Amino acid sequence: MQTQLRKVGWGLLVAFLAVFAQLNYVQIFAAESIASNPANIRSLLREYSIKRGDILTFDFVTVAESVATNDRLKFLRRYPERDLYGHITGYYSLVFGADRIERTFNEQLLGESGVISMQDIQDRFLGSGERGDDVRLTIDSRLQTAARDALGGNRGAIVALDPQTGAVRAMWSNPSFDPNPISSHRPARIREAWDQLNAQTPNPLQNLAATRGFPPGSTFKVVTAAAALESGRFNPQSTFDDPVSFTPPQTSSSISNFSGGTCAGGGQITLADALRVSCNTTFAQLGLEVSQEMVGVTRGMGFNDRIPFDVQTEASTFDRADENNLPRRSLAGIGQGDVVTTPLQMALVAASIANGGETPRPRLVEEVIDAAGGIVARPAEETLGTAMSESTARTLTELMVAVVESGTGANAQIPGVEIAGKTGTAQSVEGASPHAWFIAFAPAQNPRIAVAVFVQNGGSFGAEATGGTVAAPMAQQIIETDRQVREW
Amino acid sequence: MQTSYRRNSELSLLLLALVIGSGSLALVEAARDLRRVELVVPFMAILVVAYLVAHIVVRRTAREADALILPLAAILNALGLAAIYRLAPRGFGPVQVTWTAVGAAAFIITLLVVRDYKILARYKYILGFAGVALLLLPLSPMGQEVFGARLWVNVGAFSFQPGELAKIALVLFFAAYLAERKELLALATRRIAGIHVPDLKHFGPLLVMWGLSLAVMFYEKDLGSSLLFFSIFLVMLYVATARFVYMAFGGLLFIVGAYIGYQVFPHVQVRVQVWLDAFNPDLIEGPSFQLAQSLFALSTGGLFGTGLGQGRPDLIPAAHTDFIFSVVGEELGLLGTAAVVLCFMLLVTRGLHIAMNGRSDFGILLAGGLITILGVQTFIILAGATRLLPLTGITLPFMSYGGSSLLSNFILIALLIRISHQDTAEPAPADTAEILIGGRG
Repeated sequence: MQTQLRKVGWGLLVAFLAVFAQLNYVQIFAAESIASNPANIRSLLREYSIKRGDILTFDFVTVAESVATNDRLKFLRRYPERDLYGHITGYYSLVFGADRIERTFNEQLLGESGVISMQDIQDRFLGSGERGDDVRLTIDSRLQTAARDALGGNRGAIVALDPQTGAVRAMWSNPSFDPNPISSHRPARIREAWDQLNAQTPNPLQNLAATRGFPPGSTFKVVTAAAALESGRFNPQSTFDDPVSFTPPQTSSSISNFSGGTCAGGGQITLADALRVSCNTTFAQLGLEVSQEMVGVTRGMGFNDRIPFDVQTEASTFDRADENNLPRRSLAGIGQGDVVTTPLQMALVAASIANGGETPRPRLVEEVIDAAGGIVARPAEETLGTAMSESTARTLTELMVAVVESGTGANAQIPGVEIAGKTGTAQSVEGASPHAWFIAFAPAQNPRIAVAVFVQNGGSFGAEATGGTVAAPMAQQIIETDRQVREW
Repeated sequence: MQTSYRRNSELSLLLLALVIGSGSLALVEAARDLRRVELVVPFMAILVVAYLVAHIVVRRTAREADALILPLAAILNALGLAAIYRLAPRGFGPVQVTWTAVGAAAFIITLLVVRDYKILARYKYILGFAGVALLLLPLSPMGQEVFGARLWVNVGAFSFQPGELAKIALVLFFAAYLAERKELLALATRRIAGIHVPDLKHFGPLLVMWGLSLAVMFYEKDLGSSLLFFSIFLVMLYVATARFVYMAFGGLLFIVGAYIGYQVFPHVQVRVQVWLDAFNPDLIEGPSFQLAQSLFALSTGGLFGTGLGQGRPDLIPAAHTDFIFSVVGEELGLLGTAAVVLCFMLLVTRGLHIAMNGRSDFGILLAGGLITILGVQTFIILAGATRLLPLTGITLPFMSYGGSSLLSNFILIALLIRISHQDTAEPAPADTAEILIGGRG
């Protein structure tokens, strides 16, 4: 029987060695590919076991926080302000991942930014649980609220930033979304909320402020004017013919003025007046003349590239590829044709002029703060490029002040404050109401705030909408709010 | 006599096992809450006292027994307890440590009552009937279906798996029966294709066992136990008769049974499908969820593991029973799983060593049968949890959660220790043994 027992022993030995070989396969050789299966929720659970940092506004209003739960995922992300900051914070979803600030600053919010503080060491040793760092935004809750109130039920976007630092003080896009349902812990509810949002037109998940371009219309005339001044061939007193309409070469379709008549009663019109009354025929002519300079100005403002920003952006385009298409070049002079810009880009156009021609890089985050209140990181102030000389910027500012003082932008006036602005009423597609635009900065001599207001298809004003009647008053509210908040 | 040498080895190894076990418990609780490590002290105390008392009883009543069996059981038991405590410190943890104490008591009682294991051969038919009855008990109205398998019996507030005890009773019966009949069964009367084949009537017991294991498979829907019972009988028959033809024929019968089971039961087909295609996205949230989670745990562990209490083995459904090994794999890595596999291999080696040094047919067959149960059962569940073979849910000896399993494994090693002592200590082999076998004494 000993012989048989020995054979049984060999059999069992082989069986156990097979288990050992399989263990080597599962735990070493194939370990990575097995563990990386999406159905393995370990890394997810680890992430959810960290008390993610808060997202705060500049004035310390909590707009995203993690609250302890009793379920398997220890912390639930909550957005107390619901849809007001949806396009800024984004969401933190089990199913769809993180987006916007939640994604860009994920490492910092999880406390994995590589900076180890005394608090981290204390947490580790006392087992008090890991805690991420807080992200303090540049957004001011009062401006953000003012932007929402100003736009009201109109579809569109408002972007306001400090032209000297690039700190975005408000970014509101309507429609917006409430990140709470998408960030819940119930996949079914997350998918339901997601499908519901995606079924709507326009999609509330799309940030109109930065990810969708529209024809800028007459607001773009400041770019044309800047190019004209930069060329050295024109100054504010340069005169142009003042016809009823202008027909570029190579075409029979003409460009007429908004009023349908002349801009200054016929005869001649100065560049300054042309900008003040937003004269299409003048800028259509200029578009042909300074097309080359417009390339440099737009590039210095960040056109044709995705603006480096803390949330996703789409590039605004000023395309001069078809150089010999003169009607297109002419249309570009009045911000029509191929020119497409995001509201964020137009805010940067205003900020660039306000900042002496240096375009600030926009940013949403003021600083990253650890649990003990220490500053872990502070994004640097940077510039995107130089759009124009300081003297051009100064001259252009004077012209834009006149727009608000006695031109199309009169509705943006605030007593005692010198505001530089430019209206825009942009044709989009045939038959649709025009987009109402207004860009501005104030105070003109020491600019603190630059604003772009965009009302898609004129909002509730429909075909009657103009930049001056619809958008300018909204910009005025934002500027006035910033003036009160920061007491300038 | 060299008694103290063996028992002192046992004691020092046991202390080592208990230190590792207690340390594991402390680490597990420390990972939960460093300030409340004292909560595991009662667990450590019960563990240490249970095994030390067991050791003292061995020292008194089985001085010449193998020195490795008890320490190996202790390290596996303690590691399992730490893993179970880690999964459910307030739920399964206290229950498991209680059963450890009860199991140790059963170990002691077995050693004290069975002073001469050969006497057990007298009760072979009672044990045989008891074994079959226990095996089929879940089919009675007292039975209860859990996770699709009908293995449980409710007695008042208690529920237990009689199959675990049935294994031991049946091995005792087989050993006594085969020791008595082995010459008869081995007698080859014919040659078919050059192979000595015993008389057809001797295949009767084989067919009876086949029927019984099929009944377990069909009515209790428990593939693992069915495979286990039948393979134990085959192995013991082979050991007793040296006729490989029984093994071959039995293997054929089992394949036939398994094939029928596969055709008849959708859940068997699902098991096989899950085994072949564990990461299929269509299965992974459903039938293969548990196996996939086990593999995720093992792969996450890698070589060194996450550290005790640092992983997420709680994600595996029923981790404390069928997948306790994967818990070890996640938190102690390949080093931990390899150590556990080695411990089981050592245990099997010691068991076979006891069998080979047996002084009577009954002793050889009993020790061989008992250690084969332990070895085969360990292999079936480890192969299942690592996806080497289709998964069949049975417990991992000494490690899995469960009173019936712990109790029967403690009785199993008590019998091994008794055989080991008796066959080492008894100077004269043949005389008394031959008389006692078959109840003729």
